[in-house]
Amino acid sequence: MEFFSLTLYRKKSCCKIGLYILLLGYAIATLFPFLWAMSSSFKTLSEIVSGNSGLIPQHFTWDNYKKIIWEEPLFLRWLFNSIFVASWVTGLNLICNSLAGYALARVSFVGNKFLFWIVLAILMIPGQITLIPSYLILKNLGWLNTYQGLIIPNGVNATFIFMMRQFFINFPTELEEAASLDGLGVWETFWKIVLPLAKPALAAQTIFIFMGSWNNFLMPLVVVSQPDLFTLPLGLNTFRGEYISYWNYIMAASIVFTLPVLSIYAVFNRYFIEGVKFTGSK
Amino acid sequence: MEKNQLFLDKKLSQSLTGYSLILPASIVLLTFAILPLFYAIFLSFHKVKILGDVEYKFIGWKNFIRVLSDERVLIALKNTVEYVIIVVPTQTLLALGLALILNANLKGKNWFRIIFFLPNITSSTVLTLIFMWIYNADGLLNNLLKFLHLPTYNWLGDPNVALKSIMLMNIWSTAPFFAIIYLAALQDIPKYLYEAASIDGVEHWEQFLYITLPALKPVTFFALVMGVIGTFQLFDQAYIFSGGSGGPNNSTLTIVMLIYQYAFKSLDIGYASALALILALVIAIATLLQRLFIQEEKFN
Repeated sequence: MEFFSLTLYRKKSCCKIGLYILLLGYAIATLFPFLWAMSSSFKTLSEIVSGNSGLIPQHFTWDNYKKIIWEEPLFLRWLFNSIFVASWVTGLNLICNSLAGYALARVSFVGNKFLFWIVLAILMIPGQITLIPSYLILKNLGWLNTYQGLIIPNGVNATFIFMMRQFFINFPTELEEAASLDGLGVWETFWKIVLPLAKPALAAQTIFIFMGSWNNFLMPLVVVSQPDLFTLPLGLNTFRGEYISYWNYIMAASIVFTLPVLSIYAVFNRYFIEGVKFTGSK
Repeated sequence: MEKNQLFLDKKLSQSLTGYSLILPASIVLLTFAILPLFYAIFLSFHKVKILGDVEYKFIGWKNFIRVLSDERVLIALKNTVEYVIIVVPTQTLLALGLALILNANLKGKNWFRIIFFLPNITSSTVLTLIFMWIYNADGLLNNLLKFLHLPTYNWLGDPNVALKSIMLMNIWSTAPFFAIIYLAALQDIPKYLYEAASIDGVEHWEQFLYITLPALKPVTFFALVMGVIGTFQLFDQAYIFSGGSGGPNNSTLTIVMLIYQYAFKSLDIGYASALALILALVIAIATLLQRLFIQEEKFN
């Protein structure tokens, strides 16, 4: 009996090692392109051309970063544009979506239900259909090639209005009742009581909206044609055209582009996984 | 009487508060979601001139009829459908496999989750650039294939391979994401179901067939529909890959890229809107199906 269970145990742990190898293999396949890009950004062009596929640069150099940051006149500008646009988009979304979600969840006014159904309907409108008309509307407003053209259309997100509403509906009403007894109005209650308690929902929203704006390619491609207003994805795309075989520069630029999101991810990765559950799977 | 008036006043002020809370969001959604929807329908029935003053000429169904005889639509449709048919099942199966492994009580699960999520937070621009470099004539992938004595390919320049290169990249970047979602669902399956089955002497693979798979049905449906919606909208990767042309030899021309080219390169706004409307309809149906299905699951 003892012998039997031992072989069973061995068989099981053997199986487990196999699973580990599979999983580890896939994890390496996922991670390797990133590490390789990172290491290439510290290699000299001659080393890259010579076909060294190793992860450790033979001649470690910062020159690629120096080149793109200090000698590429527009690179810092693109970085600034991306940060500026993504920050505004995130801020606007946090405020507008939360206010709207709160109103739909908690304030009884005529048309509340109807507006909620409209938000649900908007959720179903695919982005492709609004692209061309939005372009024409922006053109009419004179907002092509402006920051507001990049910011305002993305400043509200029906998905997150819906989610904030769901969040506030499950909120205990006692706190708000107490606030109202203390003589606080709806606005004060919202800012001082409700919003601070909504931090987890706001954190998930911040991450997804910021990332969405940071990585967005199609919308800026349509709205902006002046290189000094490019966000990083567009900048990077033209950058590649300009330095078509200078992969050392292209990789350095890609890493600079990725680092901010990566650091947010490193700090908040809990919220990312939570957010995935939050946004849809069930 | 006075009481009534007080009640009405309160209701009015409540309503005003409600409207003022919802006003900022309404303005944006009205201008950039609802108005565009109707505007798109309007545009698709017109010939539109946008250079100089914008002019519209009503032409009825002509834009939609033109779609039927447009050779490039056929090519883009063929590419897109091929892309969807190969990528979606592959990435879903791969995700399921990865999730099952992850669920086998291994240590370091969280580390794998963190790594698997990486492609999902990285912009498509950066992913595409990294892969273009991996796909280089003497890049990483060809070096690896040479090392293994396998045939190498011109991943970027060969019309027979270019779309497959994008597929490979997409499967690589999306499968781990669905694996994480699958894993969450796997961990929600009550343990006692398996315990009961074990006591009844049900084999492992039968447990998988009769307990695990049915429990994963909603997630599988979610993964398939999200996969179809995502792949149908393929644009960034193909655009950056081909420098906006859809080449080599139209092999990476997708529907969204075709819409982009018609609308913003040839300024054929009406026709592009008709195409977008057709695509949107297909996607809306897929979304609707998914919502209905998931709602139903919840009620059951």
